[in-house]
Amino acid sequence: MADLREMYQEAILEHAKSPRNFRALGADSRKAEGFNPLCGDHCTVYVKLKGDVIEDVSFQGSGCAISRASASMMTQTLKGKSSREAENLFENFHRTVTGQNAAQKKPELGKLEVFAGVSEFPARVKCATLPWHTFQAALHGEHEPVTTE
Amino acid sequence: MSTGILLPRRDAARKTAFDVEKVRRDFPILRESIHGRPLVYLDNAATTQKPEAVIEAIAGYYRHDNANIHRGVHLLSQRATREYEQARGRVRKFLNARKTTEIVFVRGATEAINLVAQTYGRTNVGRGDEVLISAMEHHSNIVPWQMLCQEKGAVLRVAPINDAGELLVDELEKLLSPRTKLVAITHLSNALGSIVPVREVVSLAHAKNVPVLVDGAQAAPHLPVDVQDLDCDFYAFSGHKIYGPTGIGVLYGKAEFLEAMPPWQGGGDMISSVTFEKTRYNKLPYKFEAGTPDIAGVIGLGAAIGYVERIGLNAIAEHEDRLLKYATDRVGSIGGVRLIGTAAKKAGVLSFAMEHIHPHDLGSILDHEGVAVRTGHHCAQPVMDRFHLPATVRASFALYNTAAEIDALAEGIEKAKRFLG
Repeated sequence: MADLREMYQEAILEHAKSPRNFRALGADSRKAEGFNPLCGDHCTVYVKLKGDVIEDVSFQGSGCAISRASASMMTQTLKGKSSREAENLFENFHRTVTGQNAAQKKPELGKLEVFAGVSEFPARVKCATLPWHTFQAALHGEHEPVTTE
Repeated sequence: MSTGILLPRRDAARKTAFDVEKVRRDFPILRESIHGRPLVYLDNAATTQKPEAVIEAIAGYYRHDNANIHRGVHLLSQRATREYEQARGRVRKFLNARKTTEIVFVRGATEAINLVAQTYGRTNVGRGDEVLISAMEHHSNIVPWQMLCQEKGAVLRVAPINDAGELLVDELEKLLSPRTKLVAITHLSNALGSIVPVREVVSLAHAKNVPVLVDGAQAAPHLPVDVQDLDCDFYAFSGHKIYGPTGIGVLYGKAEFLEAMPPWQGGGDMISSVTFEKTRYNKLPYKFEAGTPDIAGVIGLGAAIGYVERIGLNAIAEHEDRLLKYATDRVGSIGGVRLIGTAAKKAGVLSFAMEHIHPHDLGSILDHEGVAVRTGHHCAQPVMDRFHLPATVRASFALYNTAAEIDALAEGIEKAKRFLG
C-alpha cells in the first residue's frame, strides 16, 4: 500500500481526524457553500476580511479525509494572506493536485505540498479542491452553492 | 438415512448446473488486472461486464450484416432487420409479454420512463392529479414525474419505507386516491437491494383503476420477470445492467396503453405516410421508434438475454442469493460496519456505511486492492436522506462473482480500518 501513502500522508490523516478552524464565523464574515454531488460531500467556508487581508477563515461540513484535511490546511495557510495571495495559492495548489507542477516544485506552497500525491488519484482531485472553490466563492460573495460537477 | 446420501448428490448436481469458474471464462474483462491485482468487480448495479457472446454479436453485426433496417430490398438490410426483430422476440419471451408489439426499444430504463411520462403522463395527468412513487426510487423514476407534475400542476406523492428499507404497502394503499393517475415503482432498489412486492402493489392500484409502471432496471438481471403475472402496465429495463451494451433498453407496455398513447418523437420509421398536411403514424411498436435505432445495441441485448437464458435466471438468482448472504455475514460482522438496507427480501446489493471512514476514502483504498465498488448516493439522494447519510459504499453482485471476491472485499475493508483508523 506504499502508493496509497502518497495520497494519505500522515499530515493529511492527522488533519482529517482533528481539523483546524472547524467552526462557523460571525455575521461580519462572508460565507459560501460547496457540494460534491458525486460523493455527497458538502462544506461551508467562512471568510472574515480586514481590508484586503484575510483576518480569519474557517469551515464546517462533512466529507472524506482528503476534503477535510484540505479544508483544514487551507484555513491555516490562508490566515493573514491578501486576497491576491490567496488566489495565487489556489492556482498553485490546483496545479499541484492535478499534476501540472511535477517538473517545477513550488516552494511557496509550503505545507500544502503534501497534497501532491492526490494527482495520482484523478477521482479524488475534486475532494481536495472543493474547499478552495468554496473559499473563492465566499471571497467573491457568490450566493449560488458551488458544485464540483 | 437416505437424505444424508441425497443431499451431497443434490449439491453436486447444482454445482454442475452453475459453474462460476466456467461462467467467468465467458467474460474477457475479468482477466484484467487493476493496480497489479486481479479485478474484483463489485459494481454491477451500476453496470455489468459483457460476455464474449455479446461482444461477438455486436462485432459480428458490424462485420457481416451492417445495414439500415425496415427499408432495404437488399440482402444486408434484410439480415439486419431479421436480427433486430429476432431480438425483440427474445425480449418478449424474456418478459413473457403477450405480443412482440408490446416491446419498444429505447436508450435505457431512464428513457423508457421519460417516454411514458411524456406520452401517457402528458395525456392523462392534469391539474391537481397525483403520481405516486416510493421513497426508494432512483432519480430516473423521480425526476421525470417531477417534471410532469410541474408542467401540469399535478402532485407527486411518495409512499414511505421502514428502517429496513421495505416499502410500507399499507401506506402506499392509503395514498392511492381518486386523483392518482399512475403508480411508478421500482422492482428492486438500486441503493438498498430491497425487493418490492410489485404484484401486490399492482393489484392494490388496479383495484382503484390506477395503472402501474415498474422500474425494472435492477430487477431484470437478478429476478425472473413475468409481466403477465405481475400484471403491470409498463415495465422498463436497461440492456447494460443485464450483460448487454450501454445505450439500449426496453419499454414494455400493454398494447391497449401503447395504442392509446400519442407518439413521443417524430421522424422516420414511426410513420406510415407523410404529407405536409398530415402524418399517419406507424403501428406498434414502431410508433415509438423514430429514427434509425441502435441496431447493434438491440442485437447485443438479444445476445445478452440469450446468454442469461442459457444459464437460467433461477440459477443466477440462487447463486447471487448465496453470495449476498455470505457478504452480509462477512462484511456485516466487521466492527464499525453499518448495513443500510436490511429488508427480509433482498437481491444483489450490499450497501453499508462505516464508522469514522468516509465512503470515498474506503472506495479509493478498495480500488487499490483491485476491488471496484460504488461510493456515493447511487442516484438515490432521497434514500440517503432517509437514512441520514451523505453516501454509502455499495457492493453489488453478478453471476460471475465468487465468495473469494467477497473475502477480498472484506479484507480490503479491514485494511482500510488499519490504514485510516
